[in-house]
Amino acid sequence: MKGILGRKLGMTQVAKEDGTLVPVTVIEAGPCVVVQKKTPERDGYAAVQLGFGAVRENKVNKPLKGHFSKHRVRPMRYLREVRVENLDAYQVGQEIKVDIFSPGERVDVTGISRGKGFAGMIKRWGGHRGPMAHGSKFHRAPGTLASPRSGGRVFPGRHMPGRMGYERVTVKNLEVVRVDAEKNLLLVKGAVPGARGRLVTVRAPE
Amino acid sequence: MDLLQSVEQGEMRTDIPDFAPGDTVRVHVKVVEGNRERIQVFEGTVIGRRGKGSQETFTVRRISYGVGVERIFPVHSRRIEKIEVVRKGEVRRAKLYYLRDLQGKAARIKEKRNQARD
Repeated sequence: MKGILGRKLGMTQVAKEDGTLVPVTVIEAGPCVVVQKKTPERDGYAAVQLGFGAVRENKVNKPLKGHFSKHRVRPMRYLREVRVENLDAYQVGQEIKVDIFSPGERVDVTGISRGKGFAGMIKRWGGHRGPMAHGSKFHRAPGTLASPRSGGRVFPGRHMPGRMGYERVTVKNLEVVRVDAEKNLLLVKGAVPGARGRLVTVRAPE
Repeated sequence: MDLLQSVEQGEMRTDIPDFAPGDTVRVHVKVVEGNRERIQVFEGTVIGRRGKGSQETFTVRRISYGVGVERIFPVHSRRIEKIEVVRKGEVRRAKLYYLRDLQGKAARIKEKRNQARD
């Protein structure tokens, strides 16, 4: 498995050779640096820790500075792990660029979704609303949570209003439409979780 | 954001003439019939342009056999062979949706004067 970290730039559309338009998300992917290797012997699993994004030296705290200097890489803003099978193919300090992907390939993209705040039942769980008029007082309320016949209590997991979004979401099987190694750009078909400018992880499917 | 624009820049065509709402244009569209491709011409009045960058579209309205027909084209579409500006129109708004309620003599648009035309 291979992966790269990137920044979501936003969506647009590009044309195929026959003129059909494809909706794409533009991701500024890499260049990333392998900061650390996680080995089965030491850590119990095989993965590489990737670093991405420039950061000012004084923004990095001491423990992280030690981590970076130990592996002789410059400090980076983001650190994320990507599981790999062939650990030997990677060395600490190695640079990973977008050209590990090619057009037509399928990828999974992971990111943090947009926060929606405290959302009601309709938005959060897809409930239906009541009539807005004709004397109705039941508009967007959750309605009945349980009945005496269901044990006289509310079961755990009942759909209710609450905080929505800002969670880790993975969109699977997106087509790579274009790879621009010069500008470090990756164009994938369709939408990707999160707001513009947010960190995303692009991985080859397992 | 400028990186995103650089992607859009590459998608945009440079051979599209200047045209605005009120103009009469002739759009040469490539149509695929089976495995043959031919050019179809759609002539009418531009009643609006919307969007920006590579995603901009424009609406052309014409009266065909007494029926109003509107087609929306992406400005930078590769399915458009070329766009000819037949006539420049003098209009006072950006969206000419009021034309949908008018017909015949009332739906005419004044031609733009005192402008250098080639």
